[in-house]
Amino acid sequence: MKLELTPEEAFFAGTTRQFLDDKCPTSLLRELRDDPAGFGRDFWRQGAELGWTSLLVSEADGGGSVSGQGLCDLALVAFEFGRFAAPGPLTTANVATAAVARAGTAQQKADLLPDLMSGARIGSWAHAEPRPFERLGAVGLRARRGNGRYLLTGHKAPVESAGAADVFLVTATDESGGLTQFLVPADAPGVSVRPMRTLDISRRYGHVAFDDAPVPVSAVLGEPGAAAADVERQLHIAVVIQLAEMTGTMDRGLELTTEWLFNRYSFGRPLASYQALKHRFADMRAWLEAAHAMADAAAQHVQEESGRAGEYVSAGKSFLGTCALEVLQECVQFHGGIGVTFEHDLHLYLRRAVVDAQLYGTAADHRERLTSILESHEHANG
Amino acid sequence: MSTLTADADVEDLASFRHRLRRWLKENMPPADPRMAPYHHLSDEEELAQVARNRELQRTLYDGGFAGIIFPREYGGAGLTPAHQEVLNEEIVGYEYPARIQVPTFSPCAAVIYEFGTDEQKRAHLPAILRGEEIWMQFLSEPGGGSDVAGAQTAAVRDGGEWVLNGSKIWTTGAWWADWGLCLARTNWDVPKHRGLSVFMLRIHQPGIEVHRIEMLNGSREFCQEFLTDLRIPDSDRIGEVDGGWTVGTRWMYHEKSLGISHYFIRPAGSMRGVNPWAPTPLAVARQSGRLTDPVGRQLVGEAHALTLAGQEGSARIARGIAARRLNDQAAGLSRILTGVINTRLATINLALAGAGAVAWDEEDQVLGEMGVEFLMRQVRQISGGTIEMSRNAVSERLLGMPREARRDNDVAFRDVPRSAPSR
Repeated sequence: MKLELTPEEAFFAGTTRQFLDDKCPTSLLRELRDDPAGFGRDFWRQGAELGWTSLLVSEADGGGSVSGQGLCDLALVAFEFGRFAAPGPLTTANVATAAVARAGTAQQKADLLPDLMSGARIGSWAHAEPRPFERLGAVGLRARRGNGRYLLTGHKAPVESAGAADVFLVTATDESGGLTQFLVPADAPGVSVRPMRTLDISRRYGHVAFDDAPVPVSAVLGEPGAAAADVERQLHIAVVIQLAEMTGTMDRGLELTTEWLFNRYSFGRPLASYQALKHRFADMRAWLEAAHAMADAAAQHVQEESGRAGEYVSAGKSFLGTCALEVLQECVQFHGGIGVTFEHDLHLYLRRAVVDAQLYGTAADHRERLTSILESHEHANG
Repeated sequence: MSTLTADADVEDLASFRHRLRRWLKENMPPADPRMAPYHHLSDEEELAQVARNRELQRTLYDGGFAGIIFPREYGGAGLTPAHQEVLNEEIVGYEYPARIQVPTFSPCAAVIYEFGTDEQKRAHLPAILRGEEIWMQFLSEPGGGSDVAGAQTAAVRDGGEWVLNGSKIWTTGAWWADWGLCLARTNWDVPKHRGLSVFMLRIHQPGIEVHRIEMLNGSREFCQEFLTDLRIPDSDRIGEVDGGWTVGTRWMYHEKSLGISHYFIRPAGSMRGVNPWAPTPLAVARQSGRLTDPVGRQLVGEAHALTLAGQEGSARIARGIAARRLNDQAAGLSRILTGVINTRLATINLALAGAGAVAWDEEDQVLGEMGVEFLMRQVRQISGGTIEMSRNAVSERLLGMPREARRDNDVAFRDVPRSAPSR
């Protein structure tokens, strides 16, 4: 999280923190374990009133931000989401909403944005695909045009909050080989959703099948066959939210572990007095600073759509995708047996961090992307 | 202790940048990677580089761009850390006096500025800023590295002079430098932190013998000095008699803060401990043919992500300290980050270089250097105070964890258990 917040930003982040503190005690998260949606609609609508869903939409379209940098503001919310392992489709809903706001026609915006921003309807990006298209960016879902409509065929999984979503933002490959995106209602003919088993305690993922699903031409979002830049932008936004959220999980994990080290005694000494642990904790504290810095830098570059946005997104994911997990596992190790029980809170943050690490490209995926980006920069610089 | 304050009517950053940019273009030579070879220099080449650095420093001084945050009365530019950041950005792509930044400007000049008398500051700071005095740290001793307050080099008062005897080690480039900042013991009958004093000494004079140490990579940059009945005037003492640890504490702070300091030029995008001329992992992978291999590509990506994490993390920590959101001990966080990251980078480069790191044809010199760099890998966690010292500082003095037990508090230093003399 940014080091120095303006009073407005601090108030904004504080409001979400207070709200989550009230609404998301860890006891509630444990109850949500068996809830099919993993979050309550009222909760989501109340969060929407705090600004969770409208930060990436311009004021002209009814949205707005606190600082004038909506994605940076959203990163503040995501950081708190990590600290509370909060429920709700923060990532996928914001990506879908931002995509409509960016590329939607006046009609599409009018149809969708008010409801997406109020939380009355939920959008979800259907991007990732199951084998054999499991690699980041591979799109096997086909869109064929005919009779004034498109037919969509293929599979999307995992799709966040697939069961709760009202509308999917579907990324497809069309007959030209280019990417085309569609806005498809979840109850459209030929679209079926089946829940997947998931690691997170409150996030839910589903497998969405498209079986020659007919969609009207008016469902196309943006330029047919030329959505690659929009898709890349969506990925950037998703990863920026993940990075802030993972930083939040680390922050909370270190907080719990600090308390534990000072309060837990063995051999007549607090754990915090053992150099073997002090040194490891000092390292974790250093990694936390780097995590904050990388999450912030990525948010800033993507916000500004700078020439290094892709580089910072992939560097951030390469770094946090492993660093957050290692730090949280160290927290578990410091706790001993209690750290791997369901009763203790640590696993809530570990789960969230692992889910973020594995989706929208693993650390390994982003390392390879990063190398390609370096090569292209080198090429551009002669 | 004085603090650095800029003049009331400070030039705004945009105008400074504009003026600096034009001046650099007209006065400073463009950087030429071939001018700063990555491997070792012969003594002649090294001396030539030092002379070249003095000239470049003088050019900066004449242009009014030396010692950006040092006050004008001592030859500096009297500007702010933000102006130094601008200089760090603008100087990218130009040759600059890289090898005399550390430790001359920090910790040495920073310590002289903070603790010197007006007379001492006038005697040395302008000379340093003109490139006429290059300073080294006479700090570590053969008897102990990390425990610098355990210094055993003795200074005994003799009228208006001090007589020094002992040995200092790990002094970079003492054989070509001019002055040393020396920590010595002036009282053996009080606990160790209360019996130290700091002196300024000319390196090349009777009573100091400089020996060069050969490192495992062939470098002969480090020195050990033997001080035998070296006489120093009391006017070259910095700070109070027996009050040397007050100076030493700030000295150590400056040393740990090199990654975030504004006392010297650190071109933007560079990371402390990384030679900017060193081949990138991308270049190593390409040379070794591993850029087409997915594992090689992952390692290149990992290296770049870590490099950015080290840079961004250190910059954040520096901002946190400047804004007083973190205490000075947070400099240790930056030291830990860069220490751990830089060792990992050396390991990645070894992996990328493959067999070429251990046996190479002339055209694969780059790969061979990665093997040698790997042998020297732990330097990143040793030099400038071992990383373990930073881990202690962070856990105890930033996070408030209980201090380690020690046997040298509240007991006269002469009664403290010590290593047997090793040399």
